[in-house]
Amino acid sequence: MLVKRLQYLALMLGIVLAVPVVQASSDPAAEMKPAAAVPAPAKEIRSTADHGKFKELQKDFKSGPEVTQACLTCHTEAAKQIMKTKHWTWEFLNPESKQRLGKKNVINNFCTAVPSNYEFCTACHVGYGWKDSSFDFNKQENVDCLVCHDTTKTYRKLPGMAGHPPYQDTEFPPKSGKIVPAVNLKDVAQNIGKTSRATCGACHFNGGGGDAVKHGDLDSSLKDPKKYLDVHMAKDGLNFTCGTCHETDGHNIPGSRYTPIAKPKDANPHIRGKNDSDPVTCQSCHGNKPHPQALSRLNSHTDKLACQTCHIPEYARGGKPTKTLWDWSTAGKLDKDGKPFKTKDSGGHDAYDSRKGDFKYEANVIPEYIWFNGKVNYTLRETKLDPNQVIKVNSFEGSADDGKSKIWPVKVFHGKQPYDIGNNQLVVFHTYGKDDSALWSNFNWDKAIDYGMKEIGAEYSGKYAFVSTEMSWPITHMVAPKKDALACAQCHAPQTGVGRLDKVPGIYMPGRRANEWLNTAGWGLALLTLLGVLGHGGLRIYLARKGDQK
Amino acid sequence: MSEKIYVFKVFERFWHWSQAGLIITLLLTGFEVHGSYSLFGFEDAVNTHTLAAWTLVGLWVFAIFWHFTTGEWKQYIPTLVKVDAMFKYYLTGIFTHAPHPFKATRLKKHNPLQRLAYLGVMLFIGPLIWFTGWFYIFYDKWTEWGWDQYLSLEWVAFFHTVAAFLMLIFLIAHVYLTTAGHTVTSHIKAMITGWEEVE
Ligand code: HEM
Repeated sequence: MLVKRLQYLALMLGIVLAVPVVQASSDPAAEMKPAAAVPAPAKEIRSTADHGKFKELQKDFKSGPEVTQACLTCHTEAAKQIMKTKHWTWEFLNPESKQRLGKKNVINNFCTAVPSNYEFCTACHVGYGWKDSSFDFNKQENVDCLVCHDTTKTYRKLPGMAGHPPYQDTEFPPKSGKIVPAVNLKDVAQNIGKTSRATCGACHFNGGGGDAVKHGDLDSSLKDPKKYLDVHMAKDGLNFTCGTCHETDGHNIPGSRYTPIAKPKDANPHIRGKNDSDPVTCQSCHGNKPHPQALSRLNSHTDKLACQTCHIPEYARGGKPTKTLWDWSTAGKLDKDGKPFKTKDSGGHDAYDSRKGDFKYEANVIPEYIWFNGKVNYTLRETKLDPNQVIKVNSFEGSADDGKSKIWPVKVFHGKQPYDIGNNQLVVFHTYGKDDSALWSNFNWDKAIDYGMKEIGAEYSGKYAFVSTEMSWPITHMVAPKKDALACAQCHAPQTGVGRLDKVPGIYMPGRRANEWLNTAGWGLALLTLLGVLGHGGLRIYLARKGDQK
Repeated sequence: MSEKIYVFKVFERFWHWSQAGLIITLLLTGFEVHGSYSLFGFEDAVNTHTLAAWTLVGLWVFAIFWHFTTGEWKQYIPTLVKVDAMFKYYLTGIFTHAPHPFKATRLKKHNPLQRLAYLGVMLFIGPLIWFTGWFYIFYDKWTEWGWDQYLSLEWVAFFHTVAAFLMLIFLIAHVYLTTAGHTVTSHIKAMITGWEEVE
């Protein structure tokens, strides 16, 4: 009732204010539409609830957790649901390999490890206050609802604030002179909505420490992609959000890099909602015979090839190059004034950063192709490694004949990172912090590693060196329009190095050339036959001429 | 003086030349699919090959039917009579203008070597190419039909390619031997007009 009255009042006020404007105008056209000055009608809400009208949200919130408490008064189960997910725990126990994974445990070859760097990394945690290992995972108000449900695009969490958004205007990056304004929690809370490409992307487009860095198939160009970049997400097309495919159930979001589905079940094409065990696969909508009858030859490829192999011809296609190499071993060089510095590559991207080492960026990258059956094995911190080899931080299992694999496109990311030469194990090191052990403050590897290893209570011999590492990322986003899918000859090519699948073992592929001895024998016999008949014919002609001369 | 006899009926001539065109097309596209060169582009080569293959199959079915209803199949009954004479002729006689040991007639259109060669093509190369080609074409159905446990694409393609090489070799020899008739062009003229010049 009160709200209605207020709205009426606002409308009247608007008209009253508008009148002098209209009168003052000498433009007759303006007189025709006095309504133009009336305040814009409230944003259309498709939901049945307008959070702007809830009294719980008519508050000047001081902090994120305060907002969460307000959310939980109605959404009583939300935090409990979140707490069961990887988004909250950053932990995942692979049921098959029994490896303990998750961001909390894994060491990758980008920023490497979370422990001892919580305050920085947890800018992408769906929680508030994870600044060290004492974080309370059972406190419901620590769940951050806003980071996923913001629709205002003003909610932003900054590295170094342990998952909190800036409550005051904050200079970020520090000493950059750029100011990130304090978040208006009330406005964000009142305009809450469904997740969007922007909310998921706030973290997932920035994996590895920056836009486009990690995945290659996820970057900010997907916020508002054109059709050529992503047929599903294009605004002028289907306008999917991430959640359209990652169809969420009780806040549990399907799709996993720890246990990907490499060979989805041969579902009949069907619409969403029909008892989907893996809604996030292409097959769950398209089935396993997606091509029309006229192109049925293509359907014979689906038992061996992931859809992505042909339909994502390149990754990093949105104009944002992705990082393909990160060499930590060169980090720590200082300029002549003893200050850290950066150099740029010809594309304007960081080629060197004293804090991080050497980088390489690439755009429109042709993936590598491998047999993949969904099993991923990690080199964990405990894993003993052979430093003379390139360490596969994760390795994808699969083969041509295990019946469970398909050929998948992957991004292979190359790195060099420190390991303990006494124990032959990867190390956790302290990159960020206000203390004097952090690599980024002091550029001292000894201290940084020592600190990191103490943080996780691991044994460290005190001596480190750098080892080459490699990590694979399945390519699955940025699905191109069908006219841009791979043409036959891009794989069906003689093995001269241009065929996309030249290095994939265990398959017979027409056009790829196998059995070279058969070719030698076949062409050889054909040539002999040809020479035989030519000789025979030549002799006939020669003898005939000779005969004529007689 | 030479005389002319009518050896090849309209259907035979039609069958022969369309088969020739199709086989040359199949060879050209087949070896492109095989990866030996690139001419039409892989995709077009596959599509043309498939189309030409089905057309050839259709033509053969028709031809078999024709041969049996007309009794012409008897033309291919193998005989060893005069085979040695044919060999001798190709190895020596032909160079010295010796008379051709075989005289084509309406009832005996092919010389004994031709009979053997064509029978070989029809009983060995042909079936090999057909069956392997069909397995190849229906590759995407193997799993559905439960054939995948018995077949491997590599071997199917291997035998198909073997047959293709044999077909190529046959073609080379065959084209050359058309010039080895009574005169250089008498065989070819016969296959075009139906009338063969004989001695
Ligand atoms: C004179 C007749 C023919 C010749 C010379 C020929 C030759 C060839 C060759 C060399 C290949 C490449 C094999 C490889 O490397 O994998 C091929 C592929 C193929 N052939 Fe034939 N072929 C002939 C007739 C046929 C027939 C009658 C059929 C079907 C009934 C057939 C069906 C196929 C198929 C399905 C392929 C695989 C390429 C594709 O996917 O279309 N061919 N052929």
